[in-house]
Amino acid sequence: MLELKAKTRETVVAWWMVFPALFVISVIAFFPLFKTFYDGFFEFGLNPNFPRKFVGFRNYVELFIHDPRFIAALKNTIFFTVVSVALETALGLLIAIIVNQPFKFRGAVRAAMLIPWAIPTAISSQMWKWMFNDQSGIITKILERLGVIEPGFPILGSPNTAMWAIIAVDVWKTTPFMALLILAGLQLIPEELYEAARIDGANVWQRFTKITLPMLSSTIAVALIFRTLDALRVFDVVFIMTRGSVNTETLAVYNRVLLMDRAFTGAWFGYGSALSVIIFALISIFAIIYIKSLRLKLD
Amino acid sequence: MGMTTKRVLHRVLLTTAVIFVLVWCIFPFYWAVISSLKPNIELFDPHPTFWPKSPTFSNYIKVFQERPFHVNIWNSIIVAGVTTVITLIFGSFAGYAIARLHMRGKALVMALILSVSMFPQISILGSLFVILRKLGFINTYQGLILPYVAITLPLTTWILQNFFRDLPKDVEEAAAIDGCSRLRTLFQIVFPMSAPGLVATGLLTFIAAWNEFLFAFTFMQKPEYYTVPVAIALFAGRSQYEQPWGQLMAAAVIVTAPLVVLVLIFQNRIISGLSAGAVKG
Repeated sequence: MLELKAKTRETVVAWWMVFPALFVISVIAFFPLFKTFYDGFFEFGLNPNFPRKFVGFRNYVELFIHDPRFIAALKNTIFFTVVSVALETALGLLIAIIVNQPFKFRGAVRAAMLIPWAIPTAISSQMWKWMFNDQSGIITKILERLGVIEPGFPILGSPNTAMWAIIAVDVWKTTPFMALLILAGLQLIPEELYEAARIDGANVWQRFTKITLPMLSSTIAVALIFRTLDALRVFDVVFIMTRGSVNTETLAVYNRVLLMDRAFTGAWFGYGSALSVIIFALISIFAIIYIKSLRLKLD
Repeated sequence: MGMTTKRVLHRVLLTTAVIFVLVWCIFPFYWAVISSLKPNIELFDPHPTFWPKSPTFSNYIKVFQERPFHVNIWNSIIVAGVTTVITLIFGSFAGYAIARLHMRGKALVMALILSVSMFPQISILGSLFVILRKLGFINTYQGLILPYVAITLPLTTWILQNFFRDLPKDVEEAAAIDGCSRLRTLFQIVFPMSAPGLVATGLLTFIAAWNEFLFAFTFMQKPEYYTVPVAIALFAGRSQYEQPWGQLMAAAVIVTAPLVVLVLIFQNRIISGLSAGAVKG
């Protein structure tokens, strides 16, 4: 009896302890999310001149059928995601293997790898924008010297190169971090496995494909999905480098234009909310895969 | 090929690769530092040099004289600092309850909190703006701190939950036998024992809040409330065509140098904290 009473009291304390966290995320995340779903079925603006009018699924139909800017943003987002995540994973694996070798100052090199991750994206985007500057940027100058581009070619102002420049910044920022995550997985592989393979006469490539890759598969899978979630909602680097011009606009950048720039002068807020829902749905698909792969075990 | 040649070749390859990785990671930051020390003539020289010929600190002075950059730094310190304190308090309460206390549905509670980390910020941006506007919180510190607490809580709660789970149980049990209440145990025994974990988690929270751009850019619409990332993203010269790159790089160096130092000091804890958040299942 006494035991039971103590347990009930503990449960009450426990609920009081999780309450503040649950309250904040309910008000700031869950409620706005439901509101966005609801608003997506209406046509209205943030200005009283554009009152609320129920339109059902029309915003969604409009987006997919009559909005080439949305389709372009969707294509750009997918292109950005596929290319940057693929590069980050491949280079991340390569760098992880390199820094797993014994060499002098290994600790210092690993620490330096955190620098790109720690610099705020808004700031590193500006640093790179300066390096891509068409008159005096160091990357522009080097590419000119190598004869890759004409003198004064605007890398960030040309549709064929701007997206690649944006991808370069994202790859720079994220690859070292990806490498550190993969490195953590590498260090868990028992050395005996390699010893045994060596005795059996397996060469470097065989050891890599038969031991390293299979042992790393879950680490890589999780890191890959984690990165995909981030890449699908990319905003900062695109907005700062090009403002979404020259065919670099991603879904999040277009969505903010609808919600914040257009919603005060026209009935665009509901339309923007519908786009927000689409982005949410797109990311949920990957989030579900992610959760499944983690198989959350709490008890 | 003899054994020694092979070993030398391996050495050379490895060293080249390591140098490449180092240059890759450090060069953009290095270039920002160099650019910030160059006078304008050198900055816009058609043949840029990898070292300033006549280094000057004038960009560092101008960034505070010609614009209110110190105000932006102050805004960021307040917002990121208060966010960190609140998130640590809420996160450690929730994390401790989930890790240690008897509670039905704790897996669901953790899953709910964690699910927020998957939310794309853009999906709640519009509605959150409307809510904050109704509350009169646009252009206020609390209008940014509240959303930051919400978006940093998931990772904080998760890491701390893992941390509390790994603490030895017998100390708490001894305290309970001595008649210590749950809350007293928490404040007098668990939190002091968790200090290293709290510091590392707090650092991650601080960095996340310090770096955030989209919410800050949307909810702070007056220049005197801009945080550092917004001020730097919207950095403008006197005219549309004259971007003050030297000042911009000086501003970038001023706010990233402390972060870089902090990260280098706490590297081990950060890596283990982040892998707990990203990989540990």
